[in-house]
Amino acid sequence: MNIVNEKFRHRHAAHCESGVAASMLTHHGVPISEAMAFGLSAAMAFAYLPFVKFAGFPLIAYRMPPRHILKGMVKPFKMRFHFETFRDPATGTRRLDELLAQDRVVGVQTSAFWLPYFPEDMRFHFNAHNLIVYGKEGDDYLISDPVAEDPQRCASDALQRARFATGLMAPKGLLYYPESIGQTTVTAEAVIRAIRKTVRTMLGPVPIVGVRGIRMLANRVAKLDPGEKLSLNYAGHIVRMQEEIGTGGAGFRFLYAAFLQEAAQVTGIAELAVLSERMNEIGDGWREFALKAARMIKGREPFEPKRLAEMLHGQAEQEKEFFQALKRAIA
Amino acid sequence: MDVNDVPQEGNRTMGGYRRAMYARDKDGRIVIVPSRGGEVDETVTLQALDLIREQTEQARTRVQAGKTSPLEYWMYAQRLDLPQLSQVTGYWQWRIRRHFNPERFARLPAKVLQNYAWVMGITVDQLKKLP
Repeated sequence: MNIVNEKFRHRHAAHCESGVAASMLTHHGVPISEAMAFGLSAAMAFAYLPFVKFAGFPLIAYRMPPRHILKGMVKPFKMRFHFETFRDPATGTRRLDELLAQDRVVGVQTSAFWLPYFPEDMRFHFNAHNLIVYGKEGDDYLISDPVAEDPQRCASDALQRARFATGLMAPKGLLYYPESIGQTTVTAEAVIRAIRKTVRTMLGPVPIVGVRGIRMLANRVAKLDPGEKLSLNYAGHIVRMQEEIGTGGAGFRFLYAAFLQEAAQVTGIAELAVLSERMNEIGDGWREFALKAARMIKGREPFEPKRLAEMLHGQAEQEKEFFQALKRAIA
Repeated sequence: MDVNDVPQEGNRTMGGYRRAMYARDKDGRIVIVPSRGGEVDETVTLQALDLIREQTEQARTRVQAGKTSPLEYWMYAQRLDLPQLSQVTGYWQWRIRRHFNPERFARLPAKVLQNYAWVMGITVDQLKKLP
């Protein structure tokens, strides 16, 4: 089978799901940026989930859970998304081929571990990776993986394996594409609604979410025993969730800053551009935290959990003031 | 972050890939800048990989001493831990822990071995011994 959707344009993105959402909508005549997809779905967040273990450490998410961004596109663009999962891998592969033959570009959920083009050191068992398939040449699928700079190729059995990986958040061959789109521009109302939602999440009453979640994590870090070997791994894990796995903390803060810059244009609220600058600085603060932790891991500085905890409290304070200001700006 | 602050020193765990980062250009616009990565992300990824390598080698020593089965070795070698192996196989953790017993492991039915080998992407023959 040889079929390539020539109209499709691959784009490099910071995060897989916002990248897929932006590329897919752009392909269907709704030209939006990754930052707009991210902001408009109110995907910016923070969550500290001590009861969900990731390689023995708590899950620390700097954004909303998987599929939140895709679902967040539905309302602002009055669109209908078709989602499909499969019991049988062979059926899932046949269905993908069928959709490609209909000239569609198809979003799929995969495990990162089974994608052969992933760098060896980045292959972990993470099941919520998203990418777009835009064609097939012989036995190879043509893949637009947003986190890769250039389009990729993947043999069909390897992609089938990645789509049908088992375990936590198993993709079950999930594929998706827009069925209809009723709105092709971004409205000021949709932007403001999304900002309001993010403010609510970040300043909300749930203790493990938003600013309060950052504080809980800070308190946990303060209690780390510097003499215990795994404490350093705990610190490294926080940074890894921030810098490596699906972009993470600082990355998402910079992405949100980019969104606010666009939001200022769309809504005509000049204050949002000022707040974009401030969000950029908050991102820098997260990077300083990561740098400090990395120095401690390398033994260039003594390991002081209290110092790291202090920096996290500082980030929490900054984000609290920021989101209060953001709330006032759109009131 | 400014465009010039985007890390470009390189991160050997990225295998030559560049990742998209958002930074402010000289006109104050936030744009995508491809990054080769830097020391910070390299440090924490290598730290995680080191921990996995250490667990794998410790398991190897225990297999050689007859204290555990090769299953435990392969679990770490394929970047899983007990909760994750339980999730991908659908077996309870206590059941897998029993399979770490070398004698019990030697008696496992082909179907169970096949399932373990499949989720870890190796053959049954590989699973039965250390590489």
